[in-house]
Amino acid sequence: MTPQHEPSRDPQHDYVLRAVEERGVRLIRLWFTDVLGQLKSVAISPAELETALEEGMHFDGSAIDGFSRIQESDVLARPDASTFELLPWADGGSTGRMFCDIYNPHGSPFDGDPRHVLRRNLKKAREAGYAFFVAPEMEFFYFADGEPTHQPKLLDSGGYFDLTTSDVASDLRRETISVLETMGIPVEYSFHEDSPSQHEIDLRYTEALSMADQIMTFRLVVRELALERGRFASFMPKPLAGMQGSGMHLHLSLFDHEDNAFHADGAQYSLSQTGRQFTAGLLHHAREITAVTNQLVNSYKRLVVGYEAPTWVSWAQNNRSALIRVPVTRPDKTSSTRIEYRAPDPACNPYLAFSVILAAGMKGIKEGYDLPTETTENLFEVDAGRAAELGLAPLPASLAEALDEMERSELVHEALGDHIFEWFLRNKRSEWQGYKAHVSQWELERYLPSW
Amino acid sequence: MVSSYSAPSSGPLPSGAPPNELFLLYPDPPPVDLVRSLSLGGYGWTAASSHSGLIVSDDWTGAIVSLAEDAERGWLLCRDLRRRDVPVEPLLVLIPGDRLDELDERAELFDDFLIAPFHPAELDARLKHLLWRAGRGVRPEMVEYGPLRLNTETYQAQIDGKPLDLTYMEYELLRFLAATPGRVFSRETLLNQVWGYEYYGGARTVDVHIRRLRAKLGQEHANLIQTIRSVGYKLGQSRWG
Repeated sequence: MTPQHEPSRDPQHDYVLRAVEERGVRLIRLWFTDVLGQLKSVAISPAELETALEEGMHFDGSAIDGFSRIQESDVLARPDASTFELLPWADGGSTGRMFCDIYNPHGSPFDGDPRHVLRRNLKKAREAGYAFFVAPEMEFFYFADGEPTHQPKLLDSGGYFDLTTSDVASDLRRETISVLETMGIPVEYSFHEDSPSQHEIDLRYTEALSMADQIMTFRLVVRELALERGRFASFMPKPLAGMQGSGMHLHLSLFDHEDNAFHADGAQYSLSQTGRQFTAGLLHHAREITAVTNQLVNSYKRLVVGYEAPTWVSWAQNNRSALIRVPVTRPDKTSSTRIEYRAPDPACNPYLAFSVILAAGMKGIKEGYDLPTETTENLFEVDAGRAAELGLAPLPASLAEALDEMERSELVHEALGDHIFEWFLRNKRSEWQGYKAHVSQWELERYLPSW
Repeated sequence: MVSSYSAPSSGPLPSGAPPNELFLLYPDPPPVDLVRSLSLGGYGWTAASSHSGLIVSDDWTGAIVSLAEDAERGWLLCRDLRRRDVPVEPLLVLIPGDRLDELDERAELFDDFLIAPFHPAELDARLKHLLWRAGRGVRPEMVEYGPLRLNTETYQAQIDGKPLDLTYMEYELLRFLAATPGRVFSRETLLNQVWGYEYYGGARTVDVHIRRLRAKLGQEHANLIQTIRSVGYKLGQSRWG
């Protein structure tokens, strides 16, 4: 066939161009993530698509959180064609999206790009022979509105596993799952969580970079669909005092080609030496990485005693109060041996959270860390004295403490790189300062009448 | 058809049954020995004397262009057939043995050539081979299985007539599976054949993409792709049982 135009060099580019033409796509959103984990988007028309794919799109990064640099603010967004999907809810499906990698104008990867940070950490693991797989349990609340001036209004009064077929929230959850699946985000389970209006959707494992993209998409889909119904979805870690907060437990495993590197036949809980060392690494550096996995002032109101959230650095097979759990799996299903890291919350930046978690685990493997003894006690009932006897360290109790731990951590510094490490600390210190100087309703009620 | 020909000549089978294969011939009238050989081989034909005003029919299996008479117009026709949105393929040229140099620089204009005068058995063998290569029976750009249709020209996928939006790798995986229904492929084979290189994440990548495909196919059609325990995956059943 005589070519009508020069064919694109990359068949994936060609595929996207064809799909846009055939499906009548009118707008393509180029997505990327700022350092705080907020989704950013630049929209282009189909006419601009080919150039965007071949050359990338220049834009001024100075307005993006964590992108600002002193000398130059111009950055280049290069779409990752393998991530092209239509957004089924937007404009009758005539809007597509791709995730971007951010580059400096002269072509080197931009250090402020969280996706690049994760790519870099994944590459290190790959050089050691491992691919990193993640499956998250996403918890969130549906509220009547998102008005911050009053207490969030609950949508339902259901409880854990309640089959609340008639309520709006369940319809919303069902609809959300259907959109996620259409977008190639397979859902493992979904159910009503402990608290009224709290829901959980568990995603099927996939390779970590793709999962971080999926979490960004997930948060948007959940929020957009709720807004369409005149409701409000929130991933705030602890929106309501006295109720469970929203976590993002992560199921983690490393694969060496076909083989689950965490699995060993006949080992305790089928957990291999590599799995034990990774777990040890994660425990050893847990306090240092918490500022990244739990990055809000509010995150630390979830990590308190009395709720289903970890407070002590510990592990166990079947202990829901532990920081790391080794879920029970069928002995013949070697691919499902994994560990569950229970600290993170869904308001984190998934690219950065996966980066520091992987770095901590890999450090354990590299240095051959020993796994401490399993903690079988119910840690929700353990006090500081007993914890000291058991040799357990507490997770940071506040963002300030977590930042102190992070600032001293070579591991986190290396995993995030200078640019993000320094910017993150600066930004989060300032968030803490703002919070510290604030006089809350709780203080007024407690102190004003009597002092 | 050609504007000057209101009634182009054609040669359906004398038996009256519509032929399975219908070739466009050039020139009009076509060479007598060509017509005779095609009729003996059970092929139908229709003829055109020029490319101008020619309306390409979906029914054509391919084209046979004789360059013995007017080579220049013959090559023009070849070029025109190749430029169509759906090019007429396969395209066989008949060329006198003393003019083989014309084939130089024109490789893109034909799929095979035959030296004129030709032996009828050679024509038959070449046509059979060309048709086999083009995927006889199904239009070459379509891969179909049950409710599933994949257009490999436009990269479009449909299930039950509704568009299926896939990523490039999902599309390639589905196309590979659907091309040979019922055949079980190991995850390693799929990884090598579809991804085409040592893709990191190993065979697990295949599982992940199969799950995404099933999610997109929806509950009703998710089981189109079956897991064959400790072997791999297959799509549907073989036509041969």
